[in-house]
Amino acid sequence: MSALHSIKTQLKSFLTEIGELSLFTGRYFREAFKRPFEFKELLRQCYNMGNRSLLLVVITGFIIGLVLTLQTRPTLMEFGAVSWMPSMVSISIVREIGPIITALVCAGRIGSGIGAELGSMRVTEQIDAMEVSGTNPFKYLVVTRVLAVTLMLPLLVIIGDAIAIFGSFLVENIKGNVSFMLYFSQVFDALEFGDVIPATIKSFFFGLAIGIVGCFKGFYCEKGTEGVGKAANSAVVFTSLLLFIIDFIAVFVTDIFYDL
Amino acid sequence: MIEHNNISNREIVLELKNLHKHFGKNNVLNGFNMQLFKGENLVIMGKSGSGKSVMIKCLVGLLEADSGTITVMHNDITKLDQEALDILRADIGFLFQGSALYDSMTVRENLEFPLRRHTKKFGEHIDTETLVVEALENVGLASAIDLMPSELSGGMKRRVALARTLILQPKIILYDEPTSGLDPITAKEIIILMQDIQKKYGTSSLIITHDVDCARAISDRMILLIDGIDYAVGTYTELSVSKDPKIKAFFKH
Repeated sequence: MSALHSIKTQLKSFLTEIGELSLFTGRYFREAFKRPFEFKELLRQCYNMGNRSLLLVVITGFIIGLVLTLQTRPTLMEFGAVSWMPSMVSISIVREIGPIITALVCAGRIGSGIGAELGSMRVTEQIDAMEVSGTNPFKYLVVTRVLAVTLMLPLLVIIGDAIAIFGSFLVENIKGNVSFMLYFSQVFDALEFGDVIPATIKSFFFGLAIGIVGCFKGFYCEKGTEGVGKAANSAVVFTSLLLFIIDFIAVFVTDIFYDL
Repeated sequence: MIEHNNISNREIVLELKNLHKHFGKNNVLNGFNMQLFKGENLVIMGKSGSGKSVMIKCLVGLLEADSGTITVMHNDITKLDQEALDILRADIGFLFQGSALYDSMTVRENLEFPLRRHTKKFGEHIDTETLVVEALENVGLASAIDLMPSELSGGMKRRVALARTLILQPKIILYDEPTSGLDPITAKEIIILMQDIQKKYGTSSLIITHDVDCARAISDRMILLIDGIDYAVGTYTELSVSKDPKIKAFFKH
């Protein structure tokens, strides 16, 4: 009975949170198109978020490219299909691995950062101080951050993809003596707009999810330092789960378009 | 209940009538009433958790009261739209308990921030530099202009927060526990600063505190907030000699 009650309570709390998150998202879209626009703060956030995550995305992308090629090479060699390596790597990275890995890295880096920053501002009454001074804190803090991640993530994904493919080329160059021109001409032959466009659109939604969840958790952070820690932690956990759900929906929708 | 008979004929700048606020089953304010007169220093004292901060947050629209009226300079703030409320907020300074300086901004940017939000009050071409320096000079911290809040001591933070409050040249200043968390010497310095500001700008001040020394030094009038109501109203001298045990408890040393 108590287990059933516990499940019921957790389900209720989860659904309440989903409801609140939906209202928060609705408010974001309403406020995003209303004047005044905080361009200066938006640019500052774009620079901060892009700059803060770039090195991490580059290193992760490079390692993913190396590892993917090293792991796949023996199997492709077994079937005499090693010449398919550039096509296989580029399509898998551009369509799936690049966006999801970059988004997960950014969820850890940017999402937790937003959650902790806004949470700390809430706890130390900085958000209240902003409101009292006649500034709409939702517009100044939330809209700018969500928009910045939404705009920056596709750029980071493109950079991460390029670095990953370059990492793959290095392995091929060392192990198979494949030239830069040959490798990349095969990459560009294999890639189509049908690979790049859905992945880029998907990245916008990934960015939106990271920003919305990070801001939601921070903006409504519970009092105390424990609340800030919880906000940062749950921002990452919740966003990671949401990213996979968005990814599944995106792949499903893309697949329908491919079939048409 | 003590009622202060010497009601002033001065203009009322802030008035709360029959204010109620509850959180769940906890009734924090049960019909609180208050009037602040122009140029007056009114201290509201109450125990921790008595609803002082809730009351002051209702007053500036940070919290919504369940019922009652809140009139600030002849405007019922419960009926104002967001834009009108923001304009009115330029005339109300708020000093937060923990200073609430923006961590990511320098002292200069902290002071410039509210100025840039109220271009209607100061005009598009305001000389922010002069106003910022003047506000910091008023609190004796002009040298800290380029420091980050993390580089300031507790007392310095409180002074900078006061400068940020002053920069909009408010008509009313609300102080939420202005001396809490400060050592006695720094607390005394803050009290002197508050008195100087009141003399220099003629502002009306509402001070929320449980520091008796602060109340004695600065109050023209006091309200004791007990059980969610304005339990006693009077001067420090009147209240400190009261025989009511609930009132006496505040003045025991």
